[in-house]
Amino acid sequence: MKMNGARIMLECLKKEGVDTIFGYPGGTVINIYDELFGIKGINHILPRHEQGGTHAADGYARASGKVGVAIATSGPGATNTVTGIATAYMDSVPMVIITGQVPTALIGNDAFQEVDIIGITRSCTKHSFLVRDVNELAGIMKKAFYIARTGRPGPVLVDLPKDVQIAQTEFVYPETVEIRSYKPTVEGHPKQIERAVEMLLASHKPVLYVGGGVILGNAADELTTLARMLIAPVTTTLMGLGAFPGNDRLSLGMPGMHGSYCANMAMTHSDMIVAIGARFDDRVTGKLATFAPHARIIHIDVDPTSIKKNVRVDLPIVGDVKDVLSKMIRQLKKSDEKLKSFVSGISAWDEEINGWKEKHPINYKNSSSIIKPQYVIQKLRELSDDDAIISTDVGQHQMWTAQFFQFNRPRTLLSSGGLGTMGYGLPAAMGAQAAFPGRQVITICGDGGVQMNIQEMATLVQNRLPVKIVILNNNFLGMVRQWQELFFEKRYSQTCLELPIDFIKLAEAYGAKGFRATKPDEVENTIKQGFAHNGPVIMEFMIAREEKVLPMVPAGASLNEMVLNA
Amino acid sequence: MQHTISVLVENEFGVLSRVASLFSGRGFNIDSLTVAPTNEENLSRMTIVTRGDDRILEQINKQLNKLIDVLKVIDFSDGSAVEREMALIKVTAEDESRAEVLRIVDIFRAKIIDVTPKSYTIEATGSPLKIDAILDLLRPLGLKELVRTGAVAIGRGAKGWKG
Ligand SMILES: Cc1ncc(C[n+]2csc(CCOP(=O)(O)OP(=O)(O)O)c2C)c(N)n1
Repeated sequence: MKMNGARIMLECLKKEGVDTIFGYPGGTVINIYDELFGIKGINHILPRHEQGGTHAADGYARASGKVGVAIATSGPGATNTVTGIATAYMDSVPMVIITGQVPTALIGNDAFQEVDIIGITRSCTKHSFLVRDVNELAGIMKKAFYIARTGRPGPVLVDLPKDVQIAQTEFVYPETVEIRSYKPTVEGHPKQIERAVEMLLASHKPVLYVGGGVILGNAADELTTLARMLIAPVTTTLMGLGAFPGNDRLSLGMPGMHGSYCANMAMTHSDMIVAIGARFDDRVTGKLATFAPHARIIHIDVDPTSIKKNVRVDLPIVGDVKDVLSKMIRQLKKSDEKLKSFVSGISAWDEEINGWKEKHPINYKNSSSIIKPQYVIQKLRELSDDDAIISTDVGQHQMWTAQFFQFNRPRTLLSSGGLGTMGYGLPAAMGAQAAFPGRQVITICGDGGVQMNIQEMATLVQNRLPVKIVILNNNFLGMVRQWQELFFEKRYSQTCLELPIDFIKLAEAYGAKGFRATKPDEVENTIKQGFAHNGPVIMEFMIAREEKVLPMVPAGASLNEMVLNA
Repeated sequence: MQHTISVLVENEFGVLSRVASLFSGRGFNIDSLTVAPTNEENLSRMTIVTRGDDRILEQINKQLNKLIDVLKVIDFSDGSAVEREMALIKVTAEDESRAEVLRIVDIFRAKIIDVTPKSYTIEATGSPLKIDAILDLLRPLGLKELVRTGAVAIGRGAKGWKG
């Protein structure tokens, strides 16, 4: 059947199984919106800002594992998506972003609302396409989805000029896709896997260091099986939280800057680190020269560029983590005798680790007069559903969430790890709620960052997305204030927000509901009220203003130089 | 250490800027870069001369391979390739120096491709080292203008390297 380009683009989305998209109309996408009018099978959500829409598509993708889709008009609409795209790129989130573009004949003429969005996003997209002929559109859409979701996932941008949206052609969606220059390695090399298992079984102090790749690669079950077979401790990065049950005896919590003492000591003393879908980020390694000085390192990652980028690696395995881990498990089963003696020898290491755990557990001093943020997080865990999805913004509250909200399942924590984007939490929760209307979705924010995309309250109310917004209000840009306290002699330059916002009234202005707790004994009730309300809610907690995130490895210090209580 | 890397790319829109911005965005050096179509339709070949230690070169190779439009990357570091470069050189050539320029051109088997009473324009081809050498000799006579193509490289031996 002959269709115009705008319609073809939408039909391609349907073919890819996309049920929900986040988009904002404008001059160069008006034809798409005309085709969307009354279309069946696609739920379009209108955010109040394209950044919100892009983060929502990202949250949708992280929570569901499907490709998130966002649409924006050319020029300012497109530039508004850039932070969302960069956020997704840094955390390897599969997304397709469709931007309108001025008609092909005008490209390069500084036409009204023209920007070179492909140029602007070149370094923060996995790939991008400018569609110059309607006959190429369906093929490009197929490739865009394929590239976004395969290998190391990432955002792909499709720039669609207005004249291509209007031009007509026969719609044929290709059955298969073949890109000869793009062949991500999926299967781990069998010899390497064999050697890895041998190396691992020859070690005495193993640590499984797990990143977001295990979640993206849907390999949480395999990881858990492997860890339990080996009785090996597991440390999960911020992006990896939920890949391994946080309440498991073998869980060490997070490594790195705000990681646990035992995770950092385990890394420092380990003789065998198995990095799985993690990339040795500087927030994790601390000072590189002293990182894991005794460890041999096995690195499993689907992206070869992650391997040996920051640290030396003794044995690289490029491949899909699910595939590699299942093969390692199979191999271990074959090495029964060796495994037995390995496991029987691990108790000394186990004891050492438990010693560290007991010496300095992740902890805080509670108070009966002032609300401690950590207490709020613990209460939230206690009172929320087992399968609740939590998104965070960026700052102290994010680290407290990572430390004190025990994540036991994959895809239940959505957080901007790589880019650290303030303003991510609320719209990401919106996207997750759109993907799972029946599940409890909570976003935990600071009073600074929540205001960066607060306008999406309107979207929540309008679309009946009952996201629970938790604001830990310290009236500070808390994380920066903490650095100023520790490293700049308390010169609180521009980190006090000064003007108190009445978030309860704000919630009401949007037609939502607000609850506030100012004392510790109100915390539980506020959470219960918030959870009981069946629409979007703001729950505001007036917390101890100068509470710090601890422990902390100062930037540039070694992992065993933690500030435990300052 | 200097390395010569050949990159076979799809002739897609924007591919040169993807490669170039990869180098600038990640702080890799480019000493020279050439690009032109190959004998295979839709494929272009880039030759990039770059520098860095082993770790950086490994990253450069991997990052290039990661670009969707890149089909193949070969690192010709170990003398496994023949390299050639061309230079167009305009030198001052007046009175007594005219003969000297001609002598140098002759020794290097270069060619004079434009002549005026005050200058010669020379076309020189050879390994980048040879080009450096002729320039060293010509420089004292007065270099007015220099254009170098940057190196192109092809593997030694009978095997052809294609897409
Ligand atoms: C868009 C953006 N701007 C600035 C920063 C730098 N930054 C990191 S944390 C932080 C403070 C966040 O304050 P708030 O949202 O109140 O959370 P808190 O740390 O108090 O929990 C700032 C400004 C950032 N990460 N993102």
